[in-house]
Amino acid sequence: MADARKKRTPADVGVQRKIGRVEVVNGPVIHATGMSEFGMREMVHVGHRRLLGEIIRMEGDRATIQVYEETLGMKIGEVVSGTDETLSISLGPGLIGGFFDGIGRPLSALQEKKGIFITPGLEVPMIDPNKVWDISVDIRVGDMVSQGSVLGTIQETQLTPHRIICPPDVEGEVVSAAHDGKITSGGLVAKVRNALGRVVDIPLTQRWPVRTPRPYRERLLPNEPLITGQRVIDGLFPLAKGGTAAVPGGFGTGKTVTQHQLAKWSDAQVVVYIGCGERGNEMTDVLEQFPVLEDPRSGRPLMERTILIANTSNMPVAAREASIYTGITIAEYFRDMGYDVALMADSTSRWAEALREISGRLEEIPAEEGFPAYLPSRLAEFYERAGRVVTLHGDNGSISIIGAVSPPGGDFTEPVTRHTKRFIRCFWGLDRNLANARHYPAISWLDSYSEYAREVEEWFNGHVDQRWGELRERARSILLEDEKVQQVIRLVGEDVLPDDQRLLAYAAYLVKNAYLQQTAYGPDSYSPLEKGFAILDMIIHFYDRGLELVRKGVPISLIRENDAVDEITHLREFGEEDMSSFERARKRLDNHLDRVGAERTRETGR
Amino acid sequence: MPQTEYLGAAQINGPFILVENVGSEAFYGELVDVRLPGGKLRKGRVVSLSKKATLVQVFAGTDSLIPSDTRVRLLGRSLEVQLSPTIIGRTFNGLGEPADGCGVVFGGKRADANGTPLNPMSRQYPKDFIHTGISAIDTLTTLIRGQKLPIFSGNGLPHNQLAVQIATQARLMGSENFAVVFAGIGIKHDDAAFMIKELSERGRTNNVVTFLNLADDPVIERIATPRMALSAAEYLAFELGFHVLVIITDMTSYCEAVRELGVAAGEVPSRKGYPAYLYSDLASLYERAGVVHGMTGSVTQLPILTMPNDDITHPIPDLTGFITEGQIVLSRELDGRGIYPPIDVLTSLSRLMKDGIGKGFTREDHSGVASQLFASYSRVQDVRSLASVVGEDELAKSDKQSLEFGGLFENKFLRQGRDEDREIGFSLDMAWEILASLPRSDLTRVSLEEIKTHIDKYESPIE
Repeated sequence: MADARKKRTPADVGVQRKIGRVEVVNGPVIHATGMSEFGMREMVHVGHRRLLGEIIRMEGDRATIQVYEETLGMKIGEVVSGTDETLSISLGPGLIGGFFDGIGRPLSALQEKKGIFITPGLEVPMIDPNKVWDISVDIRVGDMVSQGSVLGTIQETQLTPHRIICPPDVEGEVVSAAHDGKITSGGLVAKVRNALGRVVDIPLTQRWPVRTPRPYRERLLPNEPLITGQRVIDGLFPLAKGGTAAVPGGFGTGKTVTQHQLAKWSDAQVVVYIGCGERGNEMTDVLEQFPVLEDPRSGRPLMERTILIANTSNMPVAAREASIYTGITIAEYFRDMGYDVALMADSTSRWAEALREISGRLEEIPAEEGFPAYLPSRLAEFYERAGRVVTLHGDNGSISIIGAVSPPGGDFTEPVTRHTKRFIRCFWGLDRNLANARHYPAISWLDSYSEYAREVEEWFNGHVDQRWGELRERARSILLEDEKVQQVIRLVGEDVLPDDQRLLAYAAYLVKNAYLQQTAYGPDSYSPLEKGFAILDMIIHFYDRGLELVRKGVPISLIRENDAVDEITHLREFGEEDMSSFERARKRLDNHLDRVGAERTRETGR
Repeated sequence: MPQTEYLGAAQINGPFILVENVGSEAFYGELVDVRLPGGKLRKGRVVSLSKKATLVQVFAGTDSLIPSDTRVRLLGRSLEVQLSPTIIGRTFNGLGEPADGCGVVFGGKRADANGTPLNPMSRQYPKDFIHTGISAIDTLTTLIRGQKLPIFSGNGLPHNQLAVQIATQARLMGSENFAVVFAGIGIKHDDAAFMIKELSERGRTNNVVTFLNLADDPVIERIATPRMALSAAEYLAFELGFHVLVIITDMTSYCEAVRELGVAAGEVPSRKGYPAYLYSDLASLYERAGVVHGMTGSVTQLPILTMPNDDITHPIPDLTGFITEGQIVLSRELDGRGIYPPIDVLTSLSRLMKDGIGKGFTREDHSGVASQLFASYSRVQDVRSLASVVGEDELAKSDKQSLEFGGLFENKFLRQGRDEDREIGFSLDMAWEILASLPRSDLTRVSLEEIKTHIDKYESPIE
């Protein structure tokens, strides 16, 4: 792979062996002739501006190429030259905190070279080869290494030591090794003589083809939740580390805000955020906020664990298709170091549409709604790259994928949502009516589900409170019961209902407004597990005691109308460190309920 | 530079002509002159290239072209627009050619009308509040400098009125370097005349640049019109330092032109016959808004689209909503009840609002009160549908209070004059005042603190 890198240097352009010629230009798809020596899926440079493209079909000596940059200005007869590798990216120290486009070019370098607009035809290395690092080397000459061996460590950020791992398929005796101290990104960590006697270089910055999943030793079942600080997720529909989730919703229902919240607060060690065909300003938002925001667990800036990939909606469509693979490959690289990685893809629908657009230009026979027939298999390939694994080194690492889906018209029966549902295990459906009432996160408590809930309940019971699972069930059953009661209320109004049903409806109102609703801005943005549990505990406590009183014949209005009850909807305003406020609020509530109960006993003598 | 002329078109099909044997002379996207038998010129653009045949899309249509007597000349440049400071105050046609009889634009530079994507790294996140003087917008769907906020309307609704009111009342806090770029795409003569008259007479600025493609102008030119306008806006903003408000109306005509072209080119259609790349195509327009690091100017977009059959799930509003940073939706029902502006606040949204309001921008209590208005007004809708079943008299006390709040909201807060300019502080105070008509226990979105400062001065309704 190091060989392939060398061929890409501009100095070698003059001695290119194989050259094709552009024959047809049709948007991002071009045809070229003289391509018989090129490989399928090979990356090529097209035309005098050397636009990056990928061969996606071969026919005799004709090749179809999808071009990752704008093709306006291209002429018939321009030169196509090869790179001898499939679409690959560089992996090594220097990725953390980086901001890349869909094919891994650092946007900061593009800006330095070309200014505020992205003009086509620019080659910049993904990782600056001259960047200097401090390495501590773990191997010596004569050591035997094999795939997965840790060769050395670079303290890239305070949070994540960057382990240099021996790449797959390299095995043998170290014949030379770098020394502790300075090393450049372009430098070599070691040279290894393999069983055949050939000496293989192990560079600090490795290349990996993005469409090939990186290997691991063994797959494990997810058993630990990915804590997100979002009450509706942690509390009702938890995601496991190594799990897959989808967030579908029409426009304006809060997909991106949900994704941003997860990127900010989830307890992963590395976060890869892919802005795939979405707004430029959203990426800017992340870029401006993350260096300032602190990780609630380590107190370090969030940017020190985040990698951003942006292919905004106005950037070339073929690179949008690639951005998903670029992101997941980076995630796998960090998983292989034994980290828990969370990957957000916003939005997978735009990626599917990119597939559709390219497929249309290739004149393939479309399946549903113009999408190519291979859409489900591509989706499956992507989501299956998530998981909790034993790495080649023997550590545990995981990738959790959270994919946003943007169904046209908010209709969940369209192909992308439907097929996505087949490959994920956690579904957070966003509800238009909740969003209109600005009930955020607008995750519907009726449509959503999490298959991980059972698997991670044990963890919650052990780490937060042993009644966690029980309260979760109570909250869900209150919400479900309430749905039936609401149907009656919509028909006849609330006044005619018996008091126990009105109390249930009120308890559900509290669960929705005091517990599930959570603003993404301000101190409630991250809700620790203990805080969420305390709020829910208080609501259920109120409901249980209220029910007793209702059965005694106390009118609901007496139970409900008191400042101590109103206060439940404001519990979330308490700071997370302030658990004693919860105690006091609970006392006030109990006092109120005791008094109401006592008055009733006095009146009736019971 | 000697220019070759190609004689004869092998095929004429809809807006396209096929020219043979151009080979490697033309480039993808190149602009061409098409000479008609009488010597008249029409502009066209290369849309597909292959060794044998070159497909040219003729902007003014292919009427009265004779295959054997059609001459095509390559111009060696792509679709461009001439930009100089003198474009201010000028009117151009949909292809960027002067349409006001004041001659060609001299000096300045030529810019590719297609534009290039802004590097997300160079963007600055938009945060500056734009005062529009309209309560519903300032309080609930705040417009931010550098935002793209479309108006989703329907035929016969007062979207032009609203756009003009926004454009004339807009105050971009702390800067008077303000310009308006107006692009009319396939709009009626009357609408165009109204907009231009109002913008120039009532506006705070004479810095208006107009691009007009009227309803009876060639359909294919509509593809170019917004691109011309946005190139002009980017030039004014990022080279001359203006804060530019771009009003584009009607995006529906634009999308229809894209569809027409797609169908004529024989492409596989996607939803409702629109091409699969409509999302990317619209994004290439809408994303040309924003604020850039180290530059004084900004581009704010206010596109208007009429929803076919008032259907918000139609591909045009749907795809637009996925790209733009929110939407202002007009409601036929409110309009029917004589409420202006008839903004349906529940389906309207400003995504950039969160960072442009609050302390240091508008007022500390803005975010809470806005959220509470949404929650309470959303409940009004539920109560109204209940009332239509059981009758208003049968409603519970709290439901009646909710109805009363709904009335206050629509008639006091939402309704305002066509040239009434309200300060944000005034709008927020009014919001608290109408919220005070609700029982305190309904106010779950504002903090106890805020209730104390803003609500407790009003008399509590009887619970």
